[in-house]
Amino acid sequence: MEFKLDQLLGDLHTKTAALIEQRAVADPILVGIHTGGHWIAEKLHHQLDISTELGVLDISFYRDDFSQIGLNPQVKPSRLPLDISGKDIILVDDVLHTGRTVRAALNELFDYGRPASVMLVVLIDRGGCELPIRADAVGMRLDLQPHQQVKLSGPEPLGLQVIELDPN
Amino acid sequence: MQHFLTTESLTLDQLTAILDTAESFINADGSSVKKVPLLRGKTIVNLFFEASTRTRSTFELAAKRLSADILTMNIAASATVKGESLLDTLRNLEAMHVDMFVVRHQDSGAAEFLSQHISPGISVINAGDGRHAHPTQAMLDMFTIRRHKGAFDQLKVTIVGDLLHSRVARSQIHALRTLGAKEIRVVAPRTLMPTQLEGLGVDVYDSVESALSGTDVIITLRLQKERMQGALLPSEREYFQLFGLTSERVALAAKDAIVMHPGPINRGVEISSSVADGEQSVILQQVSYGIAVRMAVMSILAGQ
Repeated sequence: MEFKLDQLLGDLHTKTAALIEQRAVADPILVGIHTGGHWIAEKLHHQLDISTELGVLDISFYRDDFSQIGLNPQVKPSRLPLDISGKDIILVDDVLHTGRTVRAALNELFDYGRPASVMLVVLIDRGGCELPIRADAVGMRLDLQPHQQVKLSGPEPLGLQVIELDPN
Repeated sequence: MQHFLTTESLTLDQLTAILDTAESFINADGSSVKKVPLLRGKTIVNLFFEASTRTRSTFELAAKRLSADILTMNIAASATVKGESLLDTLRNLEAMHVDMFVVRHQDSGAAEFLSQHISPGISVINAGDGRHAHPTQAMLDMFTIRRHKGAFDQLKVTIVGDLLHSRVARSQIHALRTLGAKEIRVVAPRTLMPTQLEGLGVDVYDSVESALSGTDVIITLRLQKERMQGALLPSEREYFQLFGLTSERVALAAKDAIVMHPGPINRGVEISSSVADGEQSVILQQVSYGIAVRMAVMSILAGQ
């Protein structure tokens, strides 16, 4: 499957700008989920010309499968620009699949404060959500099989591809 | 890794994974991260048969920052508390459904003994056993060195002091060897130098001045008076004159050398106040980093 990534990022920018306008948010804080979400958030942060510093969340410490798969030793500390209490947060990730990453990110976010609202922006919604979570702006929807995976590589240049996993 | 008992048997990859994981628990300013929910629902018991302030409290803080429940038991140590009674203590605590034990004991091999008799799925961390090993202290020292010096392969490290009684030195030497330190020098009075230390791959010096010359890292060890039986030293005053770390002696090392000490320090015995509080001293950073390193070891063991 071929992706026109520039066009996809352009679409996501348009939809995110529309979302911000629709919600009448004055001063949103963009927060990318490490690593793919961070790359996408950097692009959006630049395109949307947001003055507040970009935030990054590494949700490794909040994963629900820690006791099964252990810890990734390359965890980066999360970095949020300022007190997020009362702010409008736009959470950015590359791919929405089971929703568990977003659940972990929300938990971590709320350990930092009580935002006024949180919106979710994803480049790809590939289906298969296992939690009551949906994105507010989506670059592209794909209907993938469980053995398929969509993977973003980067940071420069960004690349997107669908990988067929061995069903065994 | 089920247990964490010594640095001796660990591979370079395992040591590096601990250091990298510890790095993720440190903020840009060197403080450790706020509380994370990684070990929520786990119960950890600090089992201390021997007095400790730093190690016990940093293990407690590390467990708390990982959201584990931690209980500290200071068990009055007597020479007769051995073998069966140690196992009985263990069985009783196991019955409380503990996930991890942190053990400090005055006898070498105590933590390993417990690990051999413990139920599967429970981890044991050695927080110091007799003269044998103190692996989390060694790892926090390695972490401190790496944060200041970057890589290990060009480093000259000098360990000064009571090597005979030091479990910290033994664990440091094993870790430094595996991490690839260029030179490991040791220096001590003859009476406080274990025999056949050369077999561990270190250079043994007689003169503290030549051992310190051009070195990048100076590790001073505490004179362990409580472990000394018989006349090993004429006097503390003489020890300080011959082996104490003074500003004049530190000046023999590389200009950017760091001075480390596992604590507690005896001012005017193994180290002068001007060095302990001086610019090159990283002694208090070692304590701060101890929390992150112990968080790393606990989360690696729990995430198997």
